[in-house]
Amino acid sequence: MPLLTISNLRTYFHTRNGLVRAVDDVSFEIEKGETLGIVGESGSGKSVTCYSLMGLVPQPPGRIESGSAIFDDQTDLLKCSVEELNEVRGKRMAMVFQDPMTSLNPYLRIEDQLIEPLLIHKLCDRNEAVRRGIRALEEVGVPDAARRIRSYPHEFSGGMRQRVMIAMALITKPELLIADEPTTAVDVTVQAQILELIKRMQQERGMAVIWVTHDLGVVAGFCRRVLVMYAGRIAESAPTEQLFSRTKHPYTRALQRSIPALQPKGAELYTIPGAPPDLSRPIEGCAFAPRCEFTQDKCGKPPIELKAVDPDHATACIRVQSKEITF
Amino acid sequence: MAEAFFEIQNLKTHFPVERGVVFRRRIGTVRAVDGVTLSLKQGEILGLVGESGCGKSTLGRTVLQLIPPMEGTVILAGKNLTQLKAKELRRARADFQMIFQDPYASLNPRMTIFDALAEAIRCHKRVPRAELPARVSELMEKVGLSPRFLKKYPHEFSGGQRQRIAIARALAVEPKLIIADEPVSALDVSIQAQIINLLACLSREMHLTLVFISHDLSVVRHISDRIAVMYLGKIVEIGPATRVFERPLHPYTKALVSAVPIPDPVREKQRQRIILAGDPPSPMNPPDGCPFHPRCPSAVADCARIVPQLENFDPDQQASCIRLREINPA
Repeated sequence: MPLLTISNLRTYFHTRNGLVRAVDDVSFEIEKGETLGIVGESGSGKSVTCYSLMGLVPQPPGRIESGSAIFDDQTDLLKCSVEELNEVRGKRMAMVFQDPMTSLNPYLRIEDQLIEPLLIHKLCDRNEAVRRGIRALEEVGVPDAARRIRSYPHEFSGGMRQRVMIAMALITKPELLIADEPTTAVDVTVQAQILELIKRMQQERGMAVIWVTHDLGVVAGFCRRVLVMYAGRIAESAPTEQLFSRTKHPYTRALQRSIPALQPKGAELYTIPGAPPDLSRPIEGCAFAPRCEFTQDKCGKPPIELKAVDPDHATACIRVQSKEITF
Repeated sequence: MAEAFFEIQNLKTHFPVERGVVFRRRIGTVRAVDGVTLSLKQGEILGLVGESGCGKSTLGRTVLQLIPPMEGTVILAGKNLTQLKAKELRRARADFQMIFQDPYASLNPRMTIFDALAEAIRCHKRVPRAELPARVSELMEKVGLSPRFLKKYPHEFSGGQRQRIAIARALAVEPKLIIADEPVSALDVSIQAQIINLLACLSREMHLTLVFISHDLSVVRHISDRIAVMYLGKIVEIGPATRVFERPLHPYTKALVSAVPIPDPVREKQRQRIILAGDPPSPMNPPDGCPFHPRCPSAVADCARIVPQLENFDPDQQASCIRLREINPA
């Protein structure tokens, strides 16, 4: 039984410039203890997907138009009351945000922010919470935790703040951690530390992780399964190894060819022509078709659906589905 | 060296740290750039990498005389930039230009693209007024944008297009040296590729000398001829790009290279990561001896005493580590 099952999630934003379909019919599930990567460029809907699950989409202008997200076969995160949501959110499911500089409150000591989840969910009293807070900081590698817990966020470096954010998310021992590009703002050496840390926590606690990133490299080393998102939809979904060795979507292929790390030094990089579509205009057919090198007339017409072509490997490309093209 | 076109010698930039409102007193010094020596040939691309706070951006800005250096010289095409008078310096600025990280912040939102590009040309009085439109259109084409966009304002462009405009503006005065400070870090992967291709192609065609500052090692490896690695204001290793990547000499470079994720699950599973403990120390209060020794997996007692100097490992590749030969057996 999956830990979280998301079906037909649609999150739209009703803005002055029209209806923006940020997430458009996304379905996936995540098993207990699994690591799922969500890859995509900015505007692909990967963050909005996570925000929708956590009930953090500002409404209005946002609106969850349809779909369900069943957590542990009980709670539908998208439809339940705030009280029910709060039973899960911050306790059984936690999130780490992208920017540690803005996601900590500069007026509060680390201590108060770190142990807040324990107190809100009434998991223990304050003294015990502080003890657990210190232990949590030690676990994420903050030296001299007993003293440092009394500091304010500005006294920490970027990498240290991100560790505090992770400690805060993990302090309630959640079953699912949603990490929204937590290493984008930190250096590679700190990124390696954080990845190692989350891997260890995951093994110790059997926690499931959704790792949102634009970096295919992080996905390759860390995730068991990957979703590639484009223009609010899932383009491809596959186990990590298969995504790289047997790519089944032209967009995934184009991404791989455009990153320097996979190309011989100095070779001209493949560039995807054009720009991502304007999500405030309805997209007929495949959203990637105007930029795709394999596009045909039929790509511009619906229906475009995510279909499994191999066990556990699904693509939204109709030409791959009909076996007209392979990579 | 006769062939050096652009040379930095023992460059130092220190920032005073002061405290107090009425009686300001100096309580310390941030040694952002602390004795950097480099030399580049004309048309060479040097990648400058390091963690945030290592001084790579300050080095770039000091070279361009945006921050006055405390010590040292910068020589570009035979001219010592640190000795120029204000007026001479202003004239010389046409020879060296900068491309900044954030294309959203580096273009004036109230100027059309034409004005932004024409201003750069006009400042250096290179072109008669009547030829300006033709010159500006030519610049736009050079960076792969259509001249019909010239009447538009920056907000009408995407991040990648803005970065192209910023590149066009840097090229407007026909510089000899361009310093690009994280020019692709704010861009999406597919857009990054466009800008990397563009910079590589321009530097080849126009024989531009380029210093490419980035924290993204795989981007730097791809575009650069040589790579210099900085740590706490000093260059700890320098060498040909592929060599630094494939056979790093300094323990810091080794850790840095091993921390870069490889987008290949098979290779990613096999390799060994060197995980460094902690963060870089504060440049206000650098450790004695080798600045890297508190985090170094190969440190010995001597590392806390002796300040290592860059030494040749082979003619092309240098590193500053007292155990250089011990940890890199030939």
